[in-house]
Amino acid sequence: MRARHLAITAMAGVAGFAVVALAIAFVSASPHTEQVAGIASIGGPFTLVDDTGATVTEKTLAGKPYAIYFGYTYCPEVCPTTLFDLSRWIKELGQNASKLNYVFVTVDPERDTPQLMHAYVASFDKHIRGFTGTPAQISKIAKEYRVYYKKIPTSDGSYVMDHSAMIYLMDARGRFDTVIAYQEKDATALAKLRKLLTMTPTS
Amino acid sequence: MRLLSKLTFAAAFMVFAAAVAAQSGPPSTITVEQPWARATPKGAMTGAAYMTLKNKSNTEDRLTAASSDVAAKVQIHEMAVVNGVMQMRQLTNGLPIPASGSVILKPGSYHVMLIGLKKPLVADETFPLMLTFAKAGNISVTVQVKAMGSNPSGKGGMGKMEMK
Repeated sequence: MRARHLAITAMAGVAGFAVVALAIAFVSASPHTEQVAGIASIGGPFTLVDDTGATVTEKTLAGKPYAIYFGYTYCPEVCPTTLFDLSRWIKELGQNASKLNYVFVTVDPERDTPQLMHAYVASFDKHIRGFTGTPAQISKIAKEYRVYYKKIPTSDGSYVMDHSAMIYLMDARGRFDTVIAYQEKDATALAKLRKLLTMTPTS
Repeated sequence: MRLLSKLTFAAAFMVFAAAVAAQSGPPSTITVEQPWARATPKGAMTGAAYMTLKNKSNTEDRLTAASSDVAAKVQIHEMAVVNGVMQMRQLTNGLPIPASGSVILKPGSYHVMLIGLKKPLVADETFPLMLTFAKAGNISVTVQVKAMGSNPSGKGGMGKMEMK
């Protein structure tokens, strides 16, 4: 019963993931990624609110390449682990760290208020910002980033979230570069971030 | 003097016996090894506890429920990252522990989910957890909190860069 339940949601998850996987395959097959129109299929305009309560849009991130991760603060393991890993990598980047933007976007806007996001991201590297918004705003950015998320009810009337568990790396113009997978090795994750550092707005 | 030493011995024995009773209760067919949890970020309402459950009996048992002073609710969950998507499911029928076998609760797999944390879990602290089994009954354990990012072997932790 449980296996079947997992299998069904796995299939739903695969559908969302397949889009990302195809996009990655498409991008990596092309030697000059900046010439690929398909790159626009991940990322796009958004309006959200940051963890200080200020309105943010895609223009807020423009000018610097960025790492963007979708999760939620009620997440017991994957999200804190990912943000912890990202914090270690940011530290490794040293003085270059501030040449990138780092964003944690909630897929649980009903519970993740700006105040809660603020307290939460404060436990990680200071460069990481938390974004939330209305359910409609979150739905829009999730669609643009091909992020899968779904509420799963629990026996007490509450819920947990299934969600894509990868960090998207975007260039300074908001174009998709690659992803860092959950629990990716430090060496390859850092190499991807260092490559992103070289993708300045003029390149 | 002799009476005093006898009394001291008796008192010490009672404390010891009480401690043993508190630790393990009556002989149980289930043993709980190395219960641990990761420190939680500020503001986080959830945490997860991990451990190894060993069943010494020749019949299957089942972890059916858990409770703790540190959280409003405690549930038993299974999680997995499948094709890049994190999936989490509550095990509403509990977690089976096979006869003469064991189950490991660890990151990326089964865990005891603490919901509605009353305060963050802080590294190097401990908290009590009561586990309820279908056959073995209640077992009370003390969970050791390790640094964020720790793994079952105790490695990792904030501020340390470990190449995987």
